[in-house]
Amino acid sequence: MSPAELGKKLEERFPEHYLGQREDRGEWTFWVDRAAWVEAARYLSVEHGYSFLSDLTAVDYLDRDPRFDLSAILLSWQRKGDLRLKTLIPEADPRADTLTGVWAGANWYEREIFDMFGIEFNNHPALMRLLLPPDYVGHPLRKDYPVTGPATSPYR
Amino acid sequence: MNIDAITSDQGTLSIRALGDTSDSSYTVMNMGPQHPSTHGVLRLVLTLDGERVVRGEPDVGYLHTGIEKQAEVKTYQQALTLTDRMDYLSPLNNNLGYALAVEKLLGAEIPERVSHIRVLLCELSRLASHLVWLGTSGLDAGAMSTFLYCFQEREKILDLFETLSGVRMMTSYITVGGLMADLPDGFLDQVRKYLDGFPRELEMYHGLLTGNSIWLERTKGIGALSRQTAIEYGCTGAVARASGVDWDVRRDLPYSAYADYEFKVPLCSEGDSYARYLVRMEEMEQAYRICRQALDKIAPSGPYRTSNRKIVPPPKWEISVSMEALIHHFKLFTEGFSPPPGEVYQRIESPKGELGFHMVSDGSNKPYRMRVRTPSLSHVQALPVLLKGCLLADVVVVLASLDFVLGDVDR
Repeated sequence: MSPAELGKKLEERFPEHYLGQREDRGEWTFWVDRAAWVEAARYLSVEHGYSFLSDLTAVDYLDRDPRFDLSAILLSWQRKGDLRLKTLIPEADPRADTLTGVWAGANWYEREIFDMFGIEFNNHPALMRLLLPPDYVGHPLRKDYPVTGPATSPYR
Repeated sequence: MNIDAITSDQGTLSIRALGDTSDSSYTVMNMGPQHPSTHGVLRLVLTLDGERVVRGEPDVGYLHTGIEKQAEVKTYQQALTLTDRMDYLSPLNNNLGYALAVEKLLGAEIPERVSHIRVLLCELSRLASHLVWLGTSGLDAGAMSTFLYCFQEREKILDLFETLSGVRMMTSYITVGGLMADLPDGFLDQVRKYLDGFPRELEMYHGLLTGNSIWLERTKGIGALSRQTAIEYGCTGAVARASGVDWDVRRDLPYSAYADYEFKVPLCSEGDSYARYLVRMEEMEQAYRICRQALDKIAPSGPYRTSNRKIVPPPKWEISVSMEALIHHFKLFTEGFSPPPGEVYQRIESPKGELGFHMVSDGSNKPYRMRVRTPSLSHVQALPVLLKGCLLADVVVVLASLDFVLGDVDR
């Protein structure tokens, strides 16, 4: 099945939650809204063989509304290919459902996203900072967090 | 979980948060972050029932250097040097992953000779990385001599890298658009000479460990990882292949010039420390084979980077005769290049497993976001499953058999 047909299947399955698809440099991206995030991932994993979670991360688009992209790379061994599943997270309510029910390994990726972007995950088994110390203030990979750290004023 | 409740005075996760204190007869113990067998600064909180591990929770982040954030304020050429410092045992693989991802963003064509040189260098660094793993995992189980032999061999490979780039480890030799410089004179002969001696060395390592009854006792059946768990936790590379996951990025989604090479992907189904040992030993044999093929395929002379002047600077002689070349030179060194907006994900098979670069470009000369999916992170994440029920003395064997690098976990 071509990725375009896969998009159609997703749309049929989640008619109210499917937001669109795009091909860029040979890579396919599918957007669903937050409500269908986990179910769409489970559907692609169980029904279409995209059963390996290669990566899960977020991107901060500071001036856009909704502000964050949550992006998962799913890999299929049978098809020898991957796709990107995305959802949008607004700044006012930065939370999504956890993927740990589908892949146990999503645990640390989500902890890292929580650590770096401040996006929280509902029903996550132990949502705490992964790389930074627990008493750290702020989420460094947000675009409005200065590279030099919050306490340093820039050199003039 | 309430974050306040798990914070201790030092700002680290307390033993209470990571250990199991439900039974008062359990001992909760910190192993690391300063411990020779954790291969870096990994902290493990072990809950012990006598000698047996009830629960083992890893705590990472002690080597976090914010590479992903730093990359956002560097130009694409500058950010390359950050990648060396992640998995510092195979910097050339990191360079390649980054270069391929940015080249995909740019849509750049790479000369065939360069792709073959890249394959050769990546396989050499795979050998170097596996030699460190073999040496240190032998040392952890008490086989001191393996360690000395392996490090001696690895030093020879690092000498080759030094000939190439001037440094042993932080090479930054594979750059966006090609290579930093052409191969030095006689380099391929040096590699050939080194490879001539390698099979005998490998045979000796097999002689030291493969049939060694102490080694078998220490590794067989220790830290078994089932296929299902390996998939769920995102394990890749030798760890997944030792558990029966038949997947190798070099073979199944070939990058660079790997499609032209013949090699076998070793596979085991037991998933224990010994299976991981066997898979990596076979991988060294296959890496040697690929190196041999690459030596035959690399043309003695030819381009060492793309001729696209928007990505790589023109040669010096051209600058003194061509105004356009001077402009290109000036633009590249003051501003850098700007890939068109978009995002890509490029995976490669690093010695540790799947290394993925997720690059987002907003059309400027700096990456909007660089996300690195590192194999070591997934492997450390699977530790609680592997450690449950094993003996305290076996913890170091399990750690060694996973072959993670903390620079790769924490970035």
